Amino acid sequence: MSTLLDIRNLSISLTLPDGTLHAVRDVSLALEPGQSLGIVGESGSGKSLTALALMRLLPRGADCRSTAMAFDGQPLPGLGDAAFARDISGPRLGMIFQEPMTSLNPVYTIGRQMTEAAVARGMLSAGEAREKAIDLLDRVGIPDPEGRMGQFPHQMSGGQRQRVMIAMTLMLDPDLLIADEPTTALDVTVQAQILDLLDDLRRERQMGMILISHDLAVVAERTDHVAVMYGGEIIEQGPAAEVLRHPAHPYTQSLLQAIPQIGGTPGRLGAIPGTVPSLMSPPRGCIFAARCAHRRAECTAARPPRRSLGAAHDYLCVLDTPPAVRRVATPLVGHGAAPGAEDVITATGITQVFQSRKGLCGPRREIRALDDVSLSLKRGETLALIGESGSGKSTLARIMLGLSAPTEGTVTMLGRPVDQMSGTDRAALVQPVFQDPYSSLNPRRRLAEIIARPLTLRGEGDPAARTRAVEEAMDLVRLPRRLLHAYPSQLSGGQRQRVAIARALVTRPEALVCDEPTSALDVSVQAQILNLLDDLRAEMGLTCLLITHDMAVVHQVADRVAVMYQGRIVEEGPAREVLSRPANDYTSRLLAAAPRFDAGPRLEVAQ
Amino acid sequence: MTTTDITLSAVDDGETRTLTPGQIFRKRVFGHTGFLIGAGLILLIVLVAIFAPLLAPHDPFAQSLSSRMLPPVWDEAGRWDHILGTDQNGRDYLSRLIYGTRVSITIGLGAATVGLLIGVTLGVIAGYFGGWIDHAISFLLTAQLALPGLLLAMALVFIIGPSIWVVIGIVGVLHWTYYLVVTRAATQRLRSQDFVAAAAASGATPRQIIWHEILPNLLSSIIVIFTFELGIAILAESSLSFLGVGIQPPTPSWGLMIAEGKQAMFYRPWLVILPGICLFLLVIGANLMGDGLRDITSPEGRNE
Repeated sequence: MSTLLDIRNLSISLTLPDGTLHAVRDVSLALEPGQSLGIVGESGSGKSLTALALMRLLPRGADCRSTAMAFDGQPLPGLGDAAFARDISGPRLGMIFQEPMTSLNPVYTIGRQMTEAAVARGMLSAGEAREKAIDLLDRVGIPDPEGRMGQFPHQMSGGQRQRVMIAMTLMLDPDLLIADEPTTALDVTVQAQILDLLDDLRRERQMGMILISHDLAVVAERTDHVAVMYGGEIIEQGPAAEVLRHPAHPYTQSLLQAIPQIGGTPGRLGAIPGTVPSLMSPPRGCIFAARCAHRRAECTAARPPRRSLGAAHDYLCVLDTPPAVRRVATPLVGHGAAPGAEDVITATGITQVFQSRKGLCGPRREIRALDDVSLSLKRGETLALIGESGSGKSTLARIMLGLSAPTEGTVTMLGRPVDQMSGTDRAALVQPVFQDPYSSLNPRRRLAEIIARPLTLRGEGDPAARTRAVEEAMDLVRLPRRLLHAYPSQLSGGQRQRVAIARALVTRPEALVCDEPTSALDVSVQAQILNLLDDLRAEMGLTCLLITHDMAVVHQVADRVAVMYQGRIVEEGPAREVLSRPANDYTSRLLAAAPRFDAGPRLEVAQ
Repeated sequence: MTTTDITLSAVDDGETRTLTPGQIFRKRVFGHTGFLIGAGLILLIVLVAIFAPLLAPHDPFAQSLSSRMLPPVWDEAGRWDHILGTDQNGRDYLSRLIYGTRVSITIGLGAATVGLLIGVTLGVIAGYFGGWIDHAISFLLTAQLALPGLLLAMALVFIIGPSIWVVIGIVGVLHWTYYLVVTRAATQRLRSQDFVAAAAASGATPRQIIWHEILPNLLSSIIVIFTFELGIAILAESSLSFLGVGIQPPTPSWGLMIAEGKQAMFYRPWLVILPGICLFLLVIGANLMGDGLRDITSPEGRNE
């Protein structure tokens, strides 16, 4: 059996207005037929670019060099673009993208999109292609495949579109399937199904697979071999079980400790300090040195050597024996609500009905987003609201913030009905933190203005007092004061999320409503934010309504849990209890679907 | 060796930037030839308009029947005291062209500003509030687009009576659609951003949100449209003046000068060509500057 894929010393650089970005450097990968390879890394680590380079889909102006790039023994660089598109891309190499909502063409039917490539290449006749497409749709779990052939993408859900996408790549029976974050945009239960499907298909067809993900847990479960990328380099690679159980590189070790896990007693996460380095100039030393806990002088002086541990496991580090993994985590410092604490926000009998019409005089349609929901948030506690997309959790959050009025039901804040409060009074009681740190800050304002804005709106204090309050809030969220006059575009995602939390805390509100505060962030940054929330709970007795779909995050920070399903709260109770002994069927399904791995250096919490 | 509580130093070692945003901006400005040419032309024309009395060699209104229709100096019959010749009434053509910049610049800026005020106000309101307000304003837009602009302008000037302010008002009132279309779409997009929701959750009123959160983000696109509308308004003024319902003689206006010169176009072409060149330079300058501003202020790679 010859090697299916052999990439040696791949380097990719991109030309930007202010210099050259060395996005990928010296990456070597190999894959045997029928094997699966996981590429793990945080955003900006170069994992997607590596896959795009293989598919010749790099952005214009990218410079891609390698000493060897061979697919099934055939060198790729010498192949012309036309020959590559005809013989390799499609029939040999298939690719699935992250965003199922945009990867299908909205104006063509599913059937046409699926059969097009095979018919155009003359591999199948139109009739055969149609039969095969129906077979494959059935195989990937689309109900009524014949009927679906005539439908358009907008008539399907995100999970179904991703299934169609998978079926479409399989139409040409590729030897290697590249899946670039295939489940990141999907719900947890759907994610598990799609990953299972990919795994089954791979075994069934003896197909090679490259699974790219930021989620170590996902990759660990589904692949034979794992490559960990950081700052454009593969810093460690080896058999999946080996890398997870005995990580050798300090980065891999830290990354594993930064992931919150379900089960056991939650402890402080091992957040990795700092941010991903700039790749504008090729590094002289180790790329991870600035954030490494084991840093020494030689790390920055020269490039670290690649050391091997066993046959297939190697890592890029100056340490000849991997550093010992810390086994004990510090316990959490935050505490829940005091017994008998008063309710800060209470929602009673909330029903929200959205009405929409097709056109001006079309039939009226009603969507019941929330159905008789009652929920109260006690002082000092963190209440997690879990549910998948479309369950109504964000709608409930907007109503509890007082941003929109429910069709029926009342919201009271400290006993006062919210519809009788002025906007600024309400703002003094509850503040939001949103999911996307890139859209939650006005790009045209400096941090000082953004954080002080709630104070300005309330007409509180003079400019000097406001600046003091801003500086205090920045200290609270561990943002350096030198960023006071920076613009949001100069900050990383994690820093932006800190700014959003600082803005929410500057008026000293009674409660925060955090809508998926970490799901747009990298694992190591998520750990920083979750530790920050824990600190805030300890320091100021933060009251927080946390909306999330991630069970591990719930386990990490929540005191109490409410599970939403189709606009109703189906289960509510103390976090430990709900997560260990779910009473509701839907809750158990959510828990079962959450990716988890029991390998790896398990942290025991010090007592 | 602990990895637990280093979050304090965690955010402190931000990456060192090779170029500050200001440096990148300067690099983009001076690397954009089109912008430099356009901005240079506009600057030159504005300076000429401001210092017209100092630059003009003659009084633009002084008639001299003895020296009518003199050709420019490069013609064999040309004279050095009238470098670009004289018109039908013996007025110095160069002086009239120099004073003409004042009319063009005033009308261009004035009409583009009137259009800006109408279009941006309506666009932001339609985009922000949506619903029936959006429907009503979109209907207004459709109605405006269906009207023949120049014809309507002629009729209006004819009814109200021509003066520079009436021309500014009417050209402005007829040129707001572009502002509306762009600002409405941009406002709709901005409105769904989380920072608007965050402001609302801090108790900001719609007015405060529009002024503080939305308008600053529209600024760069408004500037770009303004420069395009500037050129369009100047051309519209010239068309109106050419047709006799714009600027009235004896005020020097390039459009009017073309109109006055058209009877003699085949014998004395410079009477039409010279003001035409001036118009061309002004409009191409405004457009180049607008194109350049769009490239320079576009967000791609602004700070990354």
